[in-house]
Order: sequence, then C-alpha cells, then structure tokens
Amino acid sequence: MGLLSESDRRATQDRLRAMERPVRLVHFTQELECPSCPETKRLLQQVVELSDKLSLEIYNFQLDREKVAQYQIDKVPATVIEGEKDDGIRFYGLPSGYEFATLLEGVVAVSRGRSELNPATVDRLRALDRPLHLQVFVTPT
Amino acid sequence: MASDVVRADMVEATEFPHLVSRYGVRGVPRTVVNEVVFIDGALPEDAYLDRVLEATLHPSPEERR
Repeated sequence: MGLLSESDRRATQDRLRAMERPVRLVHFTQELECPSCPETKRLLQQVVELSDKLSLEIYNFQLDREKVAQYQIDKVPATVIEGEKDDGIRFYGLPSGYEFATLLEGVVAVSRGRSELNPATVDRLRALDRPLHLQVFVTPT
Repeated sequence: MASDVVRADMVEATEFPHLVSRYGVRGVPRTVVNEVVFIDGALPEDAYLDRVLEATLHPSPEERR
C-alpha cells in the first residue's frame, strides 16, 4: 500500500473532492525500530498531493516531544486527522486495504464537520461528561 | 467529532503485538473502551453505542491514576 497505483490515485482524488474545509494530517514517525514508518509516511505524502485541501505535518516521535504530548501520542506511526481542532481521531499503523478507505472517510467527515451518526447517537454523546477512549483493533485486508 | 471527551484510535493489530496481547485481541474488529469494555465485531449503531457507554459505569483510566 506504500505506493498508490494510478487507479488508486484517481479513486482517492475523487473521494477527496467531497472535502469542504481544509484538513491537516498530523503525522508522527521515527527513523529506527518502526518497520511500517517509512511506508506510512510515503503513503500519506502521496495522498496529500491529491487534494489542495489536505496537508501533512510530520513530527519525529523522539524529538518533537511537545507535539507528542499535545496530541497524546504513545506509539508510531501515528496519524491525527485535524480540522479546525483536534477531534480526537488517530490512526496507529499503516492504513492499508479497507483501513485506507476508512482514513479517507475520516478526512472527508472532519472536513465537512459532521459525522454520519444518528441524531439520537449524537445526543447521547453530547451528554457525556466522562472521557471515553476507544481503541479499534483492525488487520490489513 | 460529536463529543469533546471522546477519543478514537484505529490500531493496526499486526504492528502492535503488545497491545494485542494486553487486550486479548483474537479477532478483529475488537473495540476496547477505557480498557474495561470489549466489543467484538461490528454492531448496529445503537447497540454499539450501548456497549461503548457501559464504560462510563467504571472509572476512566485517567480517573484511576
């Protein structure tokens, strides 16, 4: 998944046309002891070329400690999808296969400022006053 | 996006085996909420949210520290 084929690039570009406001991918990586770091960084660099509403910031997990603390990153590779603010959405690992589509959906949703949740769900979530941390484990398809 | 107190991570299981073993992940998707609620598979939205919110019955990891 490191290199997007021409048809992947076109499909990604089409998907990203649904974006409204700019989105930043805030990416954390490191040089050593991270087998998927180089490929993940390359993939994101290719993706952001496909929309001028999408940009990439790259930080080093070892050196950029303030950013690591700000975004509460504890492992790499890590990618935050950030619109006007950090909505608390992170991808850890290489987003390949089905998860690549999920990443793009996340980008579009943040860019539009609305999720596709039912109104009842949104109400229940708005009423939350205690922190919830969801970790969804997936595998490459 | 719907709440400022919710954080959600997608975690590539093959890259983080220490978490896979910590949370007993055997099949995917497995959702772990505040390290106390475990949801295996995909559920309809209402049912998923019911299970996710069960985590609010326990102290959050931040509160436990």
